[in-house]
Amino acid sequence: MFDRDLWREIFQSINMNRTRSLLSGFTVAFAILLFAILFGVANGLQNTFAEAFVDDASNSIFIRAGRTTKASNGLQAGRRIQFKNKDYDYIKEEFGDKVQYITSRLYRNVNASFRNEKNSYTVRACHPDHQYLENTKVTYGRFLNQSDMENKTKVVVIGRLVEEDLFIKTTPVGKYINLSGIQYKVVGVFEDDGGDNEERLIYMPLTTAQQVYGNNDYVDQINLTYNPNLKFDQALDFSNLITEKLKDRFSVASSDQRAIRVRNLANEAQAINQMTTGLGIIILVIGFGTLIAGVVGISNIMIFIVKERTKEIGIRKALGASPKSIVSIILIESILITLIAGFVGLFIGMGVVELAGPSLEKYFIKDAGVSTSTIIGATFTLIVAGGIAGYLPAKKASRIKPIVALRDD
Amino acid sequence: MLKINKLHKSYPIGDSSLHVLKGIDLSVESGEMVAIMGSSGSGKSTLLNIIGMLDEADEGEYVLDNVPIKNLTEKKAAIYRNKFLGFIFQSFNLINYKNALDNVALPLYYQGLKRKERIEKGLFHLEKVGLRDWADHLPNELSGGQKQRVAIARALAANPKLLLADEPTGALDTKTSHEIMEFIQSLNDEGKTILMVTHEEDIANMCKRIVRLKDGVIMEDTFVEQVRASQYV
Repeated sequence: MFDRDLWREIFQSINMNRTRSLLSGFTVAFAILLFAILFGVANGLQNTFAEAFVDDASNSIFIRAGRTTKASNGLQAGRRIQFKNKDYDYIKEEFGDKVQYITSRLYRNVNASFRNEKNSYTVRACHPDHQYLENTKVTYGRFLNQSDMENKTKVVVIGRLVEEDLFIKTTPVGKYINLSGIQYKVVGVFEDDGGDNEERLIYMPLTTAQQVYGNNDYVDQINLTYNPNLKFDQALDFSNLITEKLKDRFSVASSDQRAIRVRNLANEAQAINQMTTGLGIIILVIGFGTLIAGVVGISNIMIFIVKERTKEIGIRKALGASPKSIVSIILIESILITLIAGFVGLFIGMGVVELAGPSLEKYFIKDAGVSTSTIIGATFTLIVAGGIAGYLPAKKASRIKPIVALRDD
Repeated sequence: MLKINKLHKSYPIGDSSLHVLKGIDLSVESGEMVAIMGSSGSGKSTLLNIIGMLDEADEGEYVLDNVPIKNLTEKKAAIYRNKFLGFIFQSFNLINYKNALDNVALPLYYQGLKRKERIEKGLFHLEKVGLRDWADHLPNELSGGQKQRVAIARALAANPKLLLADEPTGALDTKTSHEIMEFIQSLNDEGKTILMVTHEEDIANMCKRIVRLKDGVIMEDTFVEQVRASQYV
């Protein structure tokens, strides 16, 4: 197979019929081109979906409170539900080891200043567990800890963009920042893949915020992640159970959709997983469909070539060519045309995706591209495809009887 | 050298079959130059094809150089053809996209020789037929006589035991025919065994033995006084 003379023979044959080889390769090139573009776009879509989730752990459950829409237990509709620390404790105790991490959240808008720099930000007060719920990456210093909670210390962890805005010439850790008139010590800086808004936040211990902003034990929101060992159905059951128990606890009608809102990311993750899988299958089907069309095209042309070269093959056989050598000439020629055409298509496709990529971002297609593993897979597929395309013609060629081929017409 | 015993061959034509060879006995010794003659349909080409292992007999024995030729696989037939036989065709059958040298070297390629050796031997045989200067030319740049000489060089390249020629002068004018025959005679003088199918009396008379076929049987098998082609050239 790696005999130089065999390659010489094959290149001579391809060269002899350049147009024919070019045309037969065209379908395959086009098939792969289409495949590469579709694949790149699908990758981009997948990236967009994936990015929507990097912010939060995918086993997250968010619990929010609102106003009741229905009267229940003698209480009027329109009543406002307010979570408190004891609700956080209730969930933590009631559901035990089904809960992995849990945090409360309290939001306040503040005007922050450091030396001459000023800006307004949102403070998100929380428990130390929050770090794991939000995939927060601490770049300098530390995150909030249990001792901050117990001592209600006036410390904050600031986002990367807050640091960029306010701490222009110095590092923030250890400095004091003024938030609406009160000084807090910066103990850490964090990054978050969730986007700019996430990186403009300031984290503060929940207990500190409750004391400073109203001196109560109110909580805006409770977030938790469930035990990752729970299966999808169990996770859904779990969030339904939370909803039920909380509605019961706040005397909310079980059909009330607004008062207690529980959002389970598993639900959405599942839907999107199914969608991207479906999309992948569709693209594979389209890609393979076009590839098969290409293979049939090459096979057809190879059969024609064999017919055209019948006499030559007869001469070769009369001179002592073994059937194997005839088969390898046709087969390798077919594989070579398929492979070259395929790579041309692949690289044009990758080029198109690369060029069009940036302008596709507004259509929710991010980082569209074709990976190395795809290229390796495509190469393998092309060799197999070329082999399939060449098999029938090669078989036909090896069956040519020299006596028939040499008969003078 | 070559021994054929009670050879039969028929071809199916529709529902019936055409009995082409009806029991041929023929024996050729080393160094002979035999012409097989007969009108068209007499079976002379079929006989040559069977001797050339391009076709297989239905019945009978065929022994070439003490090797019985029977039930050959394609692979084995290819090896035997390459080792024992050199073919010269009426229509030359050169490969039109290969130059003269590559055409001559092709049997050597199938023998598995290295490229350098093939070029060396190919040039040697081209030299022998007087076309060394034409080595780089494609067949369509050569005249009919030159093409046939390239074909002869190709047939000789693998150093076969037996040269088979099917109407080698059929596509050539008289003068060129005589030149080719002169060359074939010189090969025979060097000791090559040659078997040739022809329907031209004067060409047949340039061989040493004439076998006449009619309706699938040998009518006549005579040794003749060889007419030298050189006197016409």
